[in-house]
Amino acid sequence: MSHTPLSKIQLNRRRLLASATGLAAGLMAPRLAVAADTIKVGILHSLSGTMAISETTLKDVMLMLIAEQNKQGGLLGKKLEPVVVDPASNWPLFAEKARELISQDKVAAVFGCWTSVSRKSVLPVFKELDNILFYPVQYEGEESQRNVFYTGAAPNQQAIPAVDYLASKDGGSVKRWVLEGTDYVYPRTTNKILEAYLKNELKVAPEDILINYTPFGFSDWQTEVSRIKAFGSAGKKTAVVSTINGDANVPFYKELGNQGIKATDIPVVAFSVGEEELAGLDTKPLVGHLAAWNYFESIKTPANLAFIKKWHAFIGNPKRTTNDPMEAHYIGFHMWVKAVEKVGSTDADKVIAALPGTQTPNLTGGTATMLANHHITKPVYIGEIRPDGQFDVVWKTKELVPGAAWSPYLPGSKDLVADWVKLNCGNYNTVTKTCGGS
Amino acid sequence: MAVARALLVALTFACAVVCGLVFDQAAADAAPLDQAIAHFTADDFDETLAGVNEVAASGSARAEIIITALQNGKLMFSAEKKAVYIQDDAGNLTQAATGQTVGGAPPDDLDNVKINNRLRGIIAAALGQLTLLSRDPQKRYDAAQAVFKSRAASALPAVEAALAKETDGRIKRALEEARAAIALNRSGTSDPDKLAAIKIVARRGDQDALALLADIPAHESPAVARAASAAIGGIQTRLSVWEAVQNAWYGISLGSVLLLAAIGLAITFGVMGVINMAHGEMVMLGAYVTFVVQEAIRRYDPALFDYSLAAAIPLAFLFAGAVGILIERTIIRFLYGRPLETLLATWGLSLILQQAVRTAFGPTNKEVGNPSFMSGAFDLGGMVITYNRLWIVCFALAAFVALIALLRWSRFGLEMRAVTQNRAMAASMGIRTSRIDALTFGLGSGIAGMAGVALSQIDNVSPNLGQGYIIDSFMVVVFGGVGNLWGTFVGSFLLGIANKFLEPYAGAVLGKIAILVLIILFIQKRPRGLFALRGRAVEA
Amino acid sequence: MRAGSHILIRSLDRGAAVFLIAVGAIAIVVPLLNLALPNSSFIHVSTYLVTLLGKYACYAILALSIDLIWGYCGILSLGHGAFFALGGYAMGMYLMRQIGSRGVYADPILPDFMVFLNWKELPVYWYGFQHFPYAALMIVAVPGVLAFVFGWFAFRSRVSGVYLSIITQALTYALMLGFFRNNFGFGGNNGLTDFKDILGFDVRSEATRDALFVVSCLALMLGFLVCRVIVGSKLGKVLVAIRDAEARTRFLGYRVESYKLFVFTLSACMAGIAGALYVPQVGIINPSEFAPGNSIEAVIWVAVGGRGTLAGAALGAVLVNYAKTTFTSGMLAPYWLFMLGGLFIGVTLLLPRGIVGTLQHWTAGKRNRASAAAEEGVSELAAAE
Repeated sequence: MSHTPLSKIQLNRRRLLASATGLAAGLMAPRLAVAADTIKVGILHSLSGTMAISETTLKDVMLMLIAEQNKQGGLLGKKLEPVVVDPASNWPLFAEKARELISQDKVAAVFGCWTSVSRKSVLPVFKELDNILFYPVQYEGEESQRNVFYTGAAPNQQAIPAVDYLASKDGGSVKRWVLEGTDYVYPRTTNKILEAYLKNELKVAPEDILINYTPFGFSDWQTEVSRIKAFGSAGKKTAVVSTINGDANVPFYKELGNQGIKATDIPVVAFSVGEEELAGLDTKPLVGHLAAWNYFESIKTPANLAFIKKWHAFIGNPKRTTNDPMEAHYIGFHMWVKAVEKVGSTDADKVIAALPGTQTPNLTGGTATMLANHHITKPVYIGEIRPDGQFDVVWKTKELVPGAAWSPYLPGSKDLVADWVKLNCGNYNTVTKTCGGS
Repeated sequence: MAVARALLVALTFACAVVCGLVFDQAAADAAPLDQAIAHFTADDFDETLAGVNEVAASGSARAEIIITALQNGKLMFSAEKKAVYIQDDAGNLTQAATGQTVGGAPPDDLDNVKINNRLRGIIAAALGQLTLLSRDPQKRYDAAQAVFKSRAASALPAVEAALAKETDGRIKRALEEARAAIALNRSGTSDPDKLAAIKIVARRGDQDALALLADIPAHESPAVARAASAAIGGIQTRLSVWEAVQNAWYGISLGSVLLLAAIGLAITFGVMGVINMAHGEMVMLGAYVTFVVQEAIRRYDPALFDYSLAAAIPLAFLFAGAVGILIERTIIRFLYGRPLETLLATWGLSLILQQAVRTAFGPTNKEVGNPSFMSGAFDLGGMVITYNRLWIVCFALAAFVALIALLRWSRFGLEMRAVTQNRAMAASMGIRTSRIDALTFGLGSGIAGMAGVALSQIDNVSPNLGQGYIIDSFMVVVFGGVGNLWGTFVGSFLLGIANKFLEPYAGAVLGKIAILVLIILFIQKRPRGLFALRGRAVEA
Repeated sequence: MRAGSHILIRSLDRGAAVFLIAVGAIAIVVPLLNLALPNSSFIHVSTYLVTLLGKYACYAILALSIDLIWGYCGILSLGHGAFFALGGYAMGMYLMRQIGSRGVYADPILPDFMVFLNWKELPVYWYGFQHFPYAALMIVAVPGVLAFVFGWFAFRSRVSGVYLSIITQALTYALMLGFFRNNFGFGGNNGLTDFKDILGFDVRSEATRDALFVVSCLALMLGFLVCRVIVGSKLGKVLVAIRDAEARTRFLGYRVESYKLFVFTLSACMAGIAGALYVPQVGIINPSEFAPGNSIEAVIWVAVGGRGTLAGAALGAVLVNYAKTTFTSGMLAPYWLFMLGGLFIGVTLLLPRGIVGTLQHWTAGKRNRASAAAEEGVSELAAAE
């Protein structure tokens, strides 16, 4: 990280007292001559603020992956150099930092973002300055951008298989559904998709679906949990599909445990609760509640065991868990490395063209393929919470599921397809035969 | 130990006999058990299911032990060796079928037998049947409840046998309900029996009863259907009355959380006039003290875990109080009389404290467990009261009473009030006002630290913990009236209850917005809060 | 009212001229260096920097609006971010309507977020925003009307001091929760984004960015002038009187509420304009702009620069945000909150008048210093109550 100009580090009082013109001069000061033998990789994850809790880990895993690549000789004969910035869980700052990474630091690609809004905030910047973003988190879909590669799950790779499982005999033949989420776009969209899916495909009656939203960081779950309990006492097997956002989960599960809702009574399947979130909880009352992911730390494959070992060594703490978005970065990083090696250049256009079709092993024994819609193929696992805070895989898809950018269950997007290889379009309308937004 | 083992064997045997589940009445020989547990090595849920049923049916003395181990994830298997073991807490293995200790290194492919929710339900039902005659009354009660929920007809003989022997009234009622549930669920029960069963279930009157009654098939005879719907109606009326009580309780519980978070602020902000934006961080520090105490206990003496909060409360008070005094001595004392600048400086301080904790403990949530007396819930009439909320309400009230008493009757309280009312006069009476300032700030911070101990039981322990409470705390203090602890008290409970009564109708978000708008309007009506201080001092 | 205050005013006037010339010069030079010079040139100003400075200029306008009410009238609003964000949303709605059928779903009327939430028609309050004059009116009117209504109730009931600060905080908090709700029809947490055109120009082109930067600088200069004129006039004297002794001013026969209401509403309109200029430059408006912390931070900019000094407020906004930009990159990233927090504490303890306030203090004569310091303390106390 030696790229930081000295002029910026020596910020002292005199500097603060500098006049407005002096300030501009300071900003214009040329950065230290960039050593030509490195390739810069931007890491755009919040290290402070509300999202630091999730994103700091991803920054660390990127540093680990880059260090490892450098140990193996780097890329194209050059060393990789990570450039870490802190967008501080502040969405306009995400856009500013993305611009800084691309236009000031001249990074070859950026790995970053967690929330949908942070991705939305940097999208225009990536389009304008033509760079590459690898986005590692499960999200609501309904997007496919030329400059973005989505290594997290689309709704069809997480939400729908989870519902299918619960409706199956092994999952408890659930007939009544609570869709409980934090009020923002990912739960809203996911629940819209699920609602349509439940009604159309599983023939669930409207009165057997309860949808409820709570604000961010919600901590008093008493009323909601007792409402779920009441809804579940109508005589049909009931399950909760939770799209509750990170921070609010711990008090939710604590309330669930204390009100004595056991997984055998009303199972809760969550899409945003992984090993990392459970690390802050006493999981004994939660045994049997479920999560749907494309990766679990407890999956015993040689690749995963090696990855965990390396992670523990790197972070210096054998208790730190691994989770799904970390695997997504693992896959994304290796795909990028392969694509760069294939075209022999880090030029964004060339790499974007080379990425679809690139394959790399994932950590659970399969092979991830980058699709033409910039999503990847993933296995779907359903895990049950164990007393030790890990998950037991109780179900998995037989084959890898290709990520779908556009959901067929939403009226607005059922005719849309994304294909950057043949159609060169992220939202091609198959009915009107046009590429929207161009 | 040996006695207990013998008893268990006898009990399980007796149970197995009365259960009528023993296929081979002659003897519970080892062969069916071995066959049964062989299912566990297949690593397949259907096989495991068969295994559970066969083990339960084997009548073996080991059945309960094996199934309990399976439930707890302690049943291990090796597919290579076709062997099934039970692992104890220390990690030692014993043969599942015989209980013999296994020597030497464990097999390489040792793994636990996996279970899913469907199996958990079946295991609970099987264990329910196996433990209906347990010596432990609580176990018997739980077993009866498990049967009530599973409604498995196969448990009927066991329930009948248990009923015949039961002397405890509570358990007897639970068993009768279980019998009624079975009767309602299986085909072939006569209508009069069903009507009697509906009556028994209706008497239970809770949501599980509602679930059971709602599940009665529609093709029942008119009399049964009528009785069922009447019972459902009765239960629903009763539950809706209780719902209002429940909402009031939730409101009190939320109010107590607000009170805990706000009383520290009522002192620093209300009494001293210091706008302490780092107040939330004091709460957060208290929560981290709890984490550290629990970590230490986990490491050195896990048996003391239930006392962790008793240790954490004074430590959190002292630690947060000390930090508070340090802040007062190094920053706040230069800013008296300039309350808005304290806002600025303490805002900076809150950023530093958050990042310091993030650096020291990492950004992720920390696990703070509930001691056993704070886990779970009990039923009071038609509502559920969770122990952790109950304790927090008690704790908040105790903290408030203690604080009032301290201010009212102690010398420090007297001096503090004197300094608040007239600093110059107090100083001339020989009170060291700067010392009182420091101690008052320390007191407010210390109480915030104790609040952190309580909040660690219901919320995330993360660097952001305090941020979630700071705005609400300011609202409470201002709503109640700055400078008046009773205002804070009434304000927090009023806001808590109002919030919880709005929430079921308006939803959590709109409910909260409505509360904020109400506060804004209320302040227009009473510009100095609920309990305004009167006198010249406020006009200064 | 203050001994030797004419000296202060004269020096401020000189300061005002310096400020206006400096901002004007930046507004001319920066776009020139960006557009006219090739990228390779040593003194070429990158588009990144132009956008960054444009953003700072918007923050500076917000700081000015806060300084006008806090520094000169003693109204501490901890919810001014709300007016900033409302102006931003009004602009965002205009920009969303400009996308037209170029959205991903190619719906000619509905913005994308409404399409995928399966909304069938445009909510009524979105009508008219496709016309820039209407949007421009709303940018000023929505924050203005809200501030007027809020202030009318609050000042008439004589809510003041911390009570006022806390209910402004409640206001912005309630708005934040509301805008987070997807049902409100403002895009929920994702807010409004992916803008294409403003007045027919591509928002992402360099020339548009330079133009927006120049407009922001002009708005800053204009806002500064308006504030200067107000605080220099008789009206300004009354405001200062209200700040220093509200009850006394009232007894002298001034309708304190009306003065406060006027200046509060004007300040909210300024904040709205700042927000409107901010949105096309950062490319997103989202409910977190309403976060109470943002409003507090804006107050801190003013305190850092110097409360009651207009140039100081603007400078404080730029400096703090520059510090934020710098500290969040590179080796300092893990420690930036320590530095920012330390800066706030340091400024409060060491430079209680803020940077510009301290500079003015130094330039004022020794004789004045003693009396001014005494009064400063009194006025701050009064303002806080």
